[in-house]
Amino acid sequence: MNIAFVIDALVTVIGVTTPILLAATGELVVEKSGVLNLGVEGMMLIGAVTGFAVALNYGESLGDWAPWAGVIGAAVAGAAASMLFGVLVLTLGSNQVATGLALAIFGIGLSSLIGASYVGMVIQPFNQTFPDWLAADPIGRVAFGHSPLVYIALVVVVAVGYFLNHTRAGLILRAVGENDVSAHSIGYPVIAIRYAAVAFGGALAGIAGSYFSMVITPMWAEQMTAGRGWIALALVVFSSWRAGRLLVGAYFFGILMTLELYAKASGFSFLPSQFWAAMPYIMAVAVLAVMSARDVAGAEAPACLGRPFMPNN
Amino acid sequence: MKVEAPPRLELVGVSKSFPGVRANDNVNLKVRPGEVHALLGENGAGKSTLVKMIYGILAPDEGQMLFDGAPMRVHNPRAARRLGIGMVFQHFSLFEALTVLENIALGLDARLSQRELLAEFHKVLDAYQLKLDPRRVVSTLSVGERQRIEIVRALLLNPRLLIMDEPTSVLTPQEVEQLFETLRRLAASGCSILYISHKLHEIVALCDTATILRGGKVVGAADPKRETSRSMAEMMIGGNLKEITKPAARAFGPPKLETQGLSLPKPTEFGVALRDVALCVRAGEIFGVAGVAGNGQNELLAALSGEALATGAEAVILSGEPVGRLSVTERRNLGLCAVPEERHGHAAVSEFSLTDNAALTGRDRMEFVSFGLIDPSKATSYAAEVIGAFTVKATGPGALAGSLSGGNLQKFIMGREILQRPEALVVCQPTWGVDAGAAAAIHQAIVDLAARGSAVLVISQDLDELLTLCDTLAVINLGRLSGPMKVGEASIEEIGLLMGGVHGDPSGTTEMTEHLHAHPA
Amino acid sequence: MRIRLEKRLTPSRIMQVATPIASVLLTMLLGAVIFELIGFDGPDAIWQTFITPIVAPYKWVDVLTKAAPLIIIAQGLSLGNQAKIWNIGAEGQYVIGALAGAGAAFAMPADAPSFIAIPAMIVAGILGGMAWAAIPALLKTRLRVSEVLSTLMFVYIAMQVLNYLIGGPWKDPNGHNFPQTPPFSPTQTLPHVIPGTVIPPGFVIAGVLTLLFWLLTARSVYGFSVRTVGAAPSAARYGGFDASRTVWSTLMISGGMAGLAGILEAMSQLGQINLGFPSGYGFTAIIVSFLGRLHPIGVFLAGLILAVTYVGGQVAQTAVHVPEATAGIFQATMLFFILASDILVRYRLRIVRDPRRTAPVGVPA
Repeated sequence: MNIAFVIDALVTVIGVTTPILLAATGELVVEKSGVLNLGVEGMMLIGAVTGFAVALNYGESLGDWAPWAGVIGAAVAGAAASMLFGVLVLTLGSNQVATGLALAIFGIGLSSLIGASYVGMVIQPFNQTFPDWLAADPIGRVAFGHSPLVYIALVVVVAVGYFLNHTRAGLILRAVGENDVSAHSIGYPVIAIRYAAVAFGGALAGIAGSYFSMVITPMWAEQMTAGRGWIALALVVFSSWRAGRLLVGAYFFGILMTLELYAKASGFSFLPSQFWAAMPYIMAVAVLAVMSARDVAGAEAPACLGRPFMPNN
Repeated sequence: MKVEAPPRLELVGVSKSFPGVRANDNVNLKVRPGEVHALLGENGAGKSTLVKMIYGILAPDEGQMLFDGAPMRVHNPRAARRLGIGMVFQHFSLFEALTVLENIALGLDARLSQRELLAEFHKVLDAYQLKLDPRRVVSTLSVGERQRIEIVRALLLNPRLLIMDEPTSVLTPQEVEQLFETLRRLAASGCSILYISHKLHEIVALCDTATILRGGKVVGAADPKRETSRSMAEMMIGGNLKEITKPAARAFGPPKLETQGLSLPKPTEFGVALRDVALCVRAGEIFGVAGVAGNGQNELLAALSGEALATGAEAVILSGEPVGRLSVTERRNLGLCAVPEERHGHAAVSEFSLTDNAALTGRDRMEFVSFGLIDPSKATSYAAEVIGAFTVKATGPGALAGSLSGGNLQKFIMGREILQRPEALVVCQPTWGVDAGAAAAIHQAIVDLAARGSAVLVISQDLDELLTLCDTLAVINLGRLSGPMKVGEASIEEIGLLMGGVHGDPSGTTEMTEHLHAHPA
Repeated sequence: MRIRLEKRLTPSRIMQVATPIASVLLTMLLGAVIFELIGFDGPDAIWQTFITPIVAPYKWVDVLTKAAPLIIIAQGLSLGNQAKIWNIGAEGQYVIGALAGAGAAFAMPADAPSFIAIPAMIVAGILGGMAWAAIPALLKTRLRVSEVLSTLMFVYIAMQVLNYLIGGPWKDPNGHNFPQTPPFSPTQTLPHVIPGTVIPPGFVIAGVLTLLFWLLTARSVYGFSVRTVGAAPSAARYGGFDASRTVWSTLMISGGMAGLAGILEAMSQLGQINLGFPSGYGFTAIIVSFLGRLHPIGVFLAGLILAVTYVGGQVAQTAVHVPEATAGIFQATMLFFILASDILVRYRLRIVRDPRRTAPVGVPA
């Protein structure tokens, strides 16, 4: 095993980790406010197709800025999709599990409807942040050879951690997720705060989706997020709703997914490649089992997670 | 007194309706500066709705509210706090997973740095001689301490009007005294206090004026120092108090419900472990278990009903038969019935009809089931029988449990168990949140059941209830049950001390309890 | 003027029936408008999707064929949903059930008589689906792992099991290297339809199961226990119902139903298992369950409606050239509408004048 191989592997790990990290960070904020949005996969796909479409259609006019427009488009689309969920769950008090699933199914359908005309097209990939002498350096590329989204994801997870634990707004968000009735009776606008959290989660899921269609492969394919949205949900449980552990957990899953890629590519495996493809999901279940067993009292999850709240009754 | 200052708070013709109820009807009220003003009324009289409007949680449908003589518009609690209105909730508005200081920060609108906040916090603690550790997580605190957080949170606002909603229902007699001390001090500094309660002796001890509410309307005002408790009570319930009739000299039969060395680990992180509980209830006896909330009452009920299994069969004995390892259904079939404290979602399913709620516990004992199928007509007629026998106000067996008032639902639940003719009945908080009429009916039903030879165990936080109802009394504290006392012979003070977990030195009582609560073994 | 929600004292029965119907109609209306906006003939697309399969007799077989697995799976899911146990991995249990049934077929002599082969495959299919749901059930009851995520993860794992088996050990040696199993023998298959009718055998089973589930939920102590666990877990424990047992039984029943649907589909429609076998029925059945309001009869009707959209989606694809994905969007939209309108069952909408009117009212002092 040589250095180049290790560098390659590290670059891959960072690449595959980024979208689940982004999506899970968004979902962390949503869940901290007491809402369970299972529609991450759908929002990611909507983000993926929107980002691609924007970057493609504005590629000529915006030039280098087209990918950024794509990312913004993906964020807006993800947030818009999450608002569909928000209206149902927050204003109309519908069941969160079912509504989240509906959003996932809807996102899969809508993205393939929009994307049907884009299949087979290619855009300029979005993968350079630093100048060549850094980004193409054989070793430096581990740190500098990524798309801006990689760095944005890291900044966002650190910022979210700081926001939740060290700001008054973060305290209020946590309070709303812990006890909506109390927060309401003290006078906090529970529903408005949850709307904001859900929109933030949607935006990050959208950006996470755009990473697939604009960075990993600069093209659109149906269901290209391949279930990573569900992994992001498991990751939030794994993190015990803490940003620091979320970062660690994301890289853990990133390594697993990299193993799958390498096992497929090299064929070195004594196990069938399908085993490696199933690995992240098997590990997700294992991780859920370990974390749930540890948290027997259920004290780590936000106390109101998934419970509907209707302020006037 | 010089020229009359405008009242701190004045309500003129305030009304509020909910679907099916007129919660407040044309309420007029005046609270003077520095006055401790009692708002007296039964459960369901509209007290909570009224103060929620004053605190900005609900908006009145009609009427006007004045603060220091000026019309007040409080669209939300924040606006109320800006005026200087603080509130301590009956069901605390605290966040279990957060620390004391975080909870306090959430209740303040001012943006203070951690250090400033801490300084203010200690200033209030010193001024009122209260003790509270700012860094502790709320879930580890005793109820008394939790209430103190709410009070400190309110005091930090320098309130001009403090609303206290049933603040003493979870405190020991000694803690109540301490609370009153704080409130008197606060009133002396010019803050008005609106004190909501249905406990008359507290109002006599604390308040300057009382406004009495019934059915959403003001039915009178009284000077608690002059009025007798009885006359206020009659205004409150709008009729004569009904005495329970208890057969005088009674002989008890053989032991029916016994526990020996009943110990159980705490069911959840926030629960209480039962330690070596021993009790014996004889046929015809009403045995009371007193104690402050959260000392193992619910765990004791679960261990007796079968919702939690004992480690050994001998730990629970029914009519001489060991039942500690039997399921809920098996125990019930042997004649051990139970009524847990929480009506909604435990003793009854709110979104089910009364028929379905009758089937919840009555299906086997009352024989609704054949070949695994429930006969709906039998369940319906049993539900109708309960409704009739206990004068439950409901549209019929098809009514949803959640649509009944607290008192009516409790009567239905008690009736459902009592008409199953249990050998032994265990009830927790039988009249919690129930109006006086229903409470009297429930008490009478318990007495009658015992008179027919059943053993009845009543677990309650309401000491007055236990003293009037029971023959024998024991106190539960931190999952331990004291020895039994004959009701006529026990002194209130001694019971209060037992509730605080101390036998002797009264001054150390509360601290000791809190210490034990904070660091469960 | 503003709209206020007022909680109803009892849920509205009218709304319980009216809202699913309204949801379907609104979906059709919205679909027509959107198709019109993006340049298709909207009304025609909707006609082709929702009406053609009903009025064209040659589509009836298709509709009933699609309805059968949807109804069978959704009956099981509805039972779990009543207990608030969310099995969203029916798709995986469907696949594993079919594989288990196929395994039974390959393990027996190809000429084993039908009366042995078919029941053996069906039983294997049910057990396969149950086994796949058993792991989430075990994790939920022992370690309190949320079944929502675990059942879903097992869908992805099931897909890889399928890929592995049909591309490896069970690959058809005469299959021109396509990833597919060998065909089942004639004694191991059921006919597409009951001879002389348009009714597929699976649909008959779906009908019988509907009646059984109705009896179970409406009358039995078991059905009562499931509803109680869902509505109030503490009350269920107090009433003598065990929550873990409910988790196990509902997951076993819903997993078994999905497995049954899988093997029936494999043995009556495809005659083998290939890469295209996972068809999304397991996910669509979730929509069926909600559209049918978790009621067995409702689920039966909702299964027919969703089957119509499947068939109609294909009709519209060829007739009006709408993209393939539209059927999925219609289905999700229907679910959105039904969830959104749920509030009308529990609340009443009331238009009120501004409640913050604070003008004093004439009051005696």
